[in-house]
Amino acid sequence: MTSIFRFAAVALALIASSAHAQITVKDAWVRATVPQQKATGAFMQLQSAKDTRLVSASSPVSPNVEVHEMSMQDNTMKMRQVPAVDLPAAKTVELKPGGYHVMLLNLPGPIKEGETVPLTLTFESKAGERETVEVQAQVRPLNSGSAPAEHGGHGSKAGYAH
Amino acid sequence: MTLENTEMATMKNRPSRRTLLTMGGLALIGLSGCQRKMVFNGIDVSGSEQGRDFELKDPEGKTRTLADFKGKAVMVFFGFTQCPDVCPTALVRAAEVKQLLGKDGDRLQVLFVTVDPERDTPEVLKAYTAAFDPSFIGLYGDLQRTAETAKEFKVHYEKVSTGSSYTMDHTALTFVYDPSGKLRLVLRHQQSAQEFAQDLRKLLL
Repeated sequence: MTSIFRFAAVALALIASSAHAQITVKDAWVRATVPQQKATGAFMQLQSAKDTRLVSASSPVSPNVEVHEMSMQDNTMKMRQVPAVDLPAAKTVELKPGGYHVMLLNLPGPIKEGETVPLTLTFESKAGERETVEVQAQVRPLNSGSAPAEHGGHGSKAGYAH
Repeated sequence: MTLENTEMATMKNRPSRRTLLTMGGLALIGLSGCQRKMVFNGIDVSGSEQGRDFELKDPEGKTRTLADFKGKAVMVFFGFTQCPDVCPTALVRAAEVKQLLGKDGDRLQVLFVTVDPERDTPEVLKAYTAAFDPSFIGLYGDLQRTAETAKEFKVHYEKVSTGSSYTMDHTALTFVYDPSGKLRLVLRHQQSAQEFAQDLRKLLL
């Protein structure tokens, strides 16, 4: 019995991993926190060969991971949990400061610069098929702008130009 | 139509010498007006009934008011440390503005007022602002003082529950004082460090 289950699990994993190849995640990073700071954001670039949507995320470093959208209305910053982020086929969708992000909440400990944070992203196709992608997000300093680290020099306009 | 008539019509439409002189005069007045009245990237709120003062605590528990920063330009931003996005971006920009000001950077004080004093303990505030620049000061009050301060600045904030926690909607504007302690400008979040620095240079002249 157990071996049948194991076989089934391995087979499923193989199917899932072949599906993963359709979704790429680039430049995943998390903003470092200071001690006692309970929340931070994760940012990345997502692309999928087929239409899909990011529906949830999880991480061993946080008991509560949510997908959020930041918006500015009349100079007021609002953050809201969103049910999903659409990924139209072959289009890069950026989770970045000033837009969508993955929120890590109720953190039991600080997220330290230089470490990596494992994230599991769950995507759902229009047909309702789910697949997950594992990502190792780099922890960047608290004072990072939105530009990728390699471009993030001083005077980096990219950090604020939305 | 004869050629003569056309000539006449053109003459009529040509501005008279007096008009030209008046226009020139107006342009001159306009120019000198520009020199006297400074043009800013931010919204000029000089003389408006807001942000006249505050009385909040710094992480060491010391009470701070505007008078403490006399002689410096002051930038005040309201936010909370659990904010993944707007607040760090605003503080990164503030640090960049300070750098852009060069030597005058020492004459700029950046204040971060928390709208979430329940979670933003003095320890978190201190470590948080120091991560951007050691000279930045985080300020807090109790719930009532926070509400009063926000009202004085016409800042809106609101606790909004999210799945497992709560977040704070808040006004994402930067308030700028001149070195005499008068509120002069409000800068928007979409504006760049360069735009901020240009305005501050004028206030620090």
